[in-house]
Amino acid sequence: MSNFVSFQALSLMELRVQNEHLAGHLPTHMKGLDEALCGGIPFGVLTELVGPAGIGKTQFCLKLSLLASLPASYGGLDGHVIYIDVESKFSSRRLIEIGVKSFPEIFHRKGMAQEMAGRIHVLRPASLSEFTESLQQIKISLLQNQVKLLVIDSMAALVTGEFEHGAPRQNTLGWHVSFIKSLAEFSRIPVVVTNQVRSQSRDEICHYYFQVQSWNETIEDRTRHDSHLVAALGINWAHAVTIRLVLEAKSDQRFIKVAKSPISPPLAFPFNITSSGILLLSDDGIELTGPDINAIHCQGHNDIINFGGESLQC
Amino acid sequence: MEVGRLPISASQRGKLIAAGYTTLSSFSSLSPSHLARDLKISDNEAAEIMRVASHSHRLDGSAAGCGTVNGAQTAWDMLHEEEMFPRITTSCMDLDNILGGGINCKEVTEIGGVPGIGKTQLGIQLAINVQIPVDYGGLGGKAIYIDTEGSFMVERALQIAEACIEDMSECGGLLRKDFQACQLKMHPNNILENIFYFRVCSYTEQIALINYLDKFISEHKDVKIVIVDSVTFHFRQDFDDMALRTRLLSGMALKLMKLAKDFSLAVVLLNQVTNKYIDGSFQLTLALGDSWSHSCTNRVILYWNGNERYAYIDKSPSLRSASAPYSVTSKGIRNSASNCKRIKMM
Repeated sequence: MSNFVSFQALSLMELRVQNEHLAGHLPTHMKGLDEALCGGIPFGVLTELVGPAGIGKTQFCLKLSLLASLPASYGGLDGHVIYIDVESKFSSRRLIEIGVKSFPEIFHRKGMAQEMAGRIHVLRPASLSEFTESLQQIKISLLQNQVKLLVIDSMAALVTGEFEHGAPRQNTLGWHVSFIKSLAEFSRIPVVVTNQVRSQSRDEICHYYFQVQSWNETIEDRTRHDSHLVAALGINWAHAVTIRLVLEAKSDQRFIKVAKSPISPPLAFPFNITSSGILLLSDDGIELTGPDINAIHCQGHNDIINFGGESLQC
Repeated sequence: MEVGRLPISASQRGKLIAAGYTTLSSFSSLSPSHLARDLKISDNEAAEIMRVASHSHRLDGSAAGCGTVNGAQTAWDMLHEEEMFPRITTSCMDLDNILGGGINCKEVTEIGGVPGIGKTQLGIQLAINVQIPVDYGGLGGKAIYIDTEGSFMVERALQIAEACIEDMSECGGLLRKDFQACQLKMHPNNILENIFYFRVCSYTEQIALINYLDKFISEHKDVKIVIVDSVTFHFRQDFDDMALRTRLLSGMALKLMKLAKDFSLAVVLLNQVTNKYIDGSFQLTLALGDSWSHSCTNRVILYWNGNERYAYIDKSPSLRSASAPYSVTSKGIRNSASNCKRIKMM
């Protein structure tokens, strides 16, 4: 019984990079970021956007949704988008504004705005179980090949408050993660998921048993980490996403950082939010060495979600 | 008696080893034409090799007559066998050093670390480095890459393959006088062709695939490394029965060890991390629990030390605990760039 199909990596390349639309990436129209990501948000894998509230995650998602719906001649995927809007942040007005400002040629034509916006399907699940059900339906529409992008904004909000604490939450999330990843893979579409942040509890300043720390270092770490934020959803989730883009605010400037990516160097790009979406201030990113690329800074943002220092065990 | 001690030419020896024949007993019962087919040599040459082999065997006289246990191998023979197999380089000299030259064939090596530390990068680098031709000090073998998470990105494999070929061409130019003869004819596509990629989407598929590998590798004897990226992923989702999980994992580990031994290939398992409450505080450890930690022969932990990536030999029967810095560059895994790189002995 050999039901196993092995691909030679070469055939993967022929199937994907050479034959897929735009070499298997959705360009974000942010030149520096697209270059870092070998063309844009990759098809077939989970890309996570994580950052404090108000930093620009939803703006990014709105822009991406628009880009996916655009005709191929404008660098879009000419397809439908499923947008799972958990916290009711989706604003169609803002979507059209971004469209008009970024692609005036298209949006000023009669009926185009309606057509583009008509391709974006917004779902508002009220609970995790509703979300689970809609995933099954999403799978069916993906099989019909019209949907070219799936956005889940935000994953953390879906899981929060569903359970008290501990094991049940992790297991459920595990199933969803596997399912969403497999959706992405078999349909070869980009899947973008947003995540929230929470403050890091002291217990989480984790090292391996063989990493001996001097007393001074421990104190330093503690003060540093008191103002430190970490991505919600735990370490299991952090392993599961393929690309992690961290949005943060540091020294009065917003940055988007490629924190985890098998295909990119660790670059940080300063950006601003404008009427046409997100604008990178520089296309040459700043290369960050070390684990700092993963750190999430948040200056001047007060409404941080704090899970009360509870630690998520895997 | 092992192939390394036969009085045959180096290229014949290389072909025997590449085809998986490491001991005399592994091919002595074959017909010369079968051997000729496997090694891609003429029938006459194969017959000559077998004649030499049986002659040396008679002279040697070390075999079964001394009451040794059937199937056992003496430690002396094992030592010679070990020395015959070049290790698979990681492309980082410091890392190779603490590994005793590189990843060992015939053993299962587990490599774990936090997300983003470079596990997949190292996996892809090894899948490419195993293909380095024998002339350049490599194994000239092929790779099996078992992807459980969808982390394998072919664009990156291409990038690393191109860089590897570039590096080899440079070395070739410097070392070889007779450059024409040793000119590298590899193209990145050739390298990608030699990576057999499997995607598994559940733990049952993962186990079934590992059981199937026996058959696959018998048909592709030049596979010299099996990489599982990651061995953890499917075992972390919805497992209520922990006892079952432990049983499945240990069964899988045994199968993999047998594969490594039978086919003389390296097995590299990439693992994730978890937080564990020990002695009053949380510590980072590799996932899958305590019994799993016994399953692999070698265990390497990749971690951040300040701003640098380090690898630490956590467990090994033959290597001492040490750590070494490495870096992930656009070319793949390379030496750490810092000036004061040193190997820290624990």
